[in-house]
Amino acid sequence: MQVEQFLENSARQFPDKIALTCGEERLTYRQIEERANQLAHALIAAGVERGDRVVTVLPNSIESVLAIFATLKAGAVFVVLNPTTKADKLTYILNNCRASAMITRGGRFSSQPESWTDRPHLRSVFMLGASETQSASLQAAGKKMIPLEQLGQEPIQPPTKKCIDIDLAALIYTSGSTGRPKGVMVTHLNIVSAATSITTYLESTADDVVINTLPLAFDYGLYQLLMTFKVGGTLVLHDSFAFPTVVIEKIIQEGVTGFPIVPTVSALLLQMDLSKYKFPKLRYITNTAAALPVEHIRKLRSLFPQAKLYSMYGLTECKRVSYLPPEQLDIRPSSVGKGMPNEEVYVVDENGNRVAPGVVGELVIRGANVMKGYWELPEETDRCLKPGPPPGEKVLYSGDLFRADEEGYLYFVGRKDDIIKTRGEKVSPREVEDVLYALEGIAEAAVIGVPDPILGSAIKAVLTLHPGAQITKQDVLRHCAAKLEDFMRPKIVEFRASLPKTESGKISKRLIADEHRETADVAPIA
Amino acid sequence: MLATDIEREIHSFVLTNFLFGQSVDLQPDDSLLGRGLIDSTGVLELVDFLEERYEIKVEDEEVIPNNLDSVRNVAAYVAKKLSCVV
Repeated sequence: MQVEQFLENSARQFPDKIALTCGEERLTYRQIEERANQLAHALIAAGVERGDRVVTVLPNSIESVLAIFATLKAGAVFVVLNPTTKADKLTYILNNCRASAMITRGGRFSSQPESWTDRPHLRSVFMLGASETQSASLQAAGKKMIPLEQLGQEPIQPPTKKCIDIDLAALIYTSGSTGRPKGVMVTHLNIVSAATSITTYLESTADDVVINTLPLAFDYGLYQLLMTFKVGGTLVLHDSFAFPTVVIEKIIQEGVTGFPIVPTVSALLLQMDLSKYKFPKLRYITNTAAALPVEHIRKLRSLFPQAKLYSMYGLTECKRVSYLPPEQLDIRPSSVGKGMPNEEVYVVDENGNRVAPGVVGELVIRGANVMKGYWELPEETDRCLKPGPPPGEKVLYSGDLFRADEEGYLYFVGRKDDIIKTRGEKVSPREVEDVLYALEGIAEAAVIGVPDPILGSAIKAVLTLHPGAQITKQDVLRHCAAKLEDFMRPKIVEFRASLPKTESGKISKRLIADEHRETADVAPIA
Repeated sequence: MLATDIEREIHSFVLTNFLFGQSVDLQPDDSLLGRGLIDSTGVLELVDFLEERYEIKVEDEEVIPNNLDSVRNVAAYVAKKLSCVV
């Protein structure tokens, strides 16, 4: 099975059912299928071939959904990026995956690469609301500019299928410890396997109405779309959780049954007075990205008494690792559960041998959901995809330390590397440090995650300056705002005369973090 | 306090706190969310600022785009809360 068949099958089975609502727009499965087919034909006409990469840079919208399915229908690989992606990162990714087409929006604030020239592989740009200047600069660079609004002449039937299920379906870019984003290679089979396992334990059906406030560039957000279409449900696509009341009212109006959250959303919900609302249709809430504090779990359950609460844990490299069956929540509230259906997870020591219950080790994942590797990064791939027990098989080493209890339930202990999880997103300290070092006057930079009641971890930059340099906190934040997506920017900036070092002279982040813990006054959220 | 003064203050708050003084063109009707200037924590910071600076109480149900998603909307909302002439 291929991922675009999630849409095609539902369009056949439920042609006139509402598949997607976004703002005031409501589209049936038939409408989405036909429009996605039209865009797929336009992509093929623009020269997109089987296996080509198509980069989509759009806010959560009807067009972003069409772009994903059209790319798959054209036999190509979708790469979804945040609409706030900065020009240098976008340029890096367009070059790194050698995208042959890009689907984006025009206008004053569209995210665009540093220049359209010097990218010979990029042949066409599909743009919504392009300005005349934008069209002209694309044409001057020799790119084909196709207005997304003008696809009405293309056929509404699907193009001929060219792929098989072990072909790549997506590259999902994630923070790498080297500081450059790396593309997680995901096949159709990977996505179909993960989506099947997850919809099985969530008991998803065509009656489900799922609200998604998370970006589609984030795999947790992306899968809300894919899984809802797989079961023939309705997706309520929203652009963020910044205005919580709007989301709450949508949940009630649309009769939402499934509400995926991250701990930041939970913290915001618990700050509100929700006592006047009733959520009779809400069947489940899922949480992932980082563990919910046990206190949040208790309060969420009293706010949403009829909803099952699923604590989960995942990695982009295999989508989901584990989930805690809701009935286990009272018994082991701090556990992230067990492996999904059709997946095996276990804890190993440094030699790759399974360890006894209670012993801390690295979590290993086996399953058809495990990625093929990182795009054109064989060494990084070999560090996390290692030979498994059966000859010839590769299993995923998560880089996360866990222990399991006697019954096999998993407990997160910590990361092996220093990747920070903030607002549910992974941030590489190195990527932020590289940006900080580019600011003239900064001598040393160390970026760590510090506990934060809303964000999970907040990003803290600890800096020393070259003698005579005059840099303020505002200068640092301004520099970061121009170079980094919002979730990657430091929330706290501290200047010091010197940074603590290890015996070998390297900056010791462990000592910096310890010092932060000793001085921080972190109030738990009420 | 005049509505124009409020708008100027809000504009300056957004420039300082969400753009950190970058020289960026910020129009009164630009969507702060759409431009990626604020996220959920940005909204909280904005609400804290309004409550402190104008001594108003921002209710949960008032935290909506119509009130807070552009400099002009924020200024109009504050002016209404303060019941001054818009």
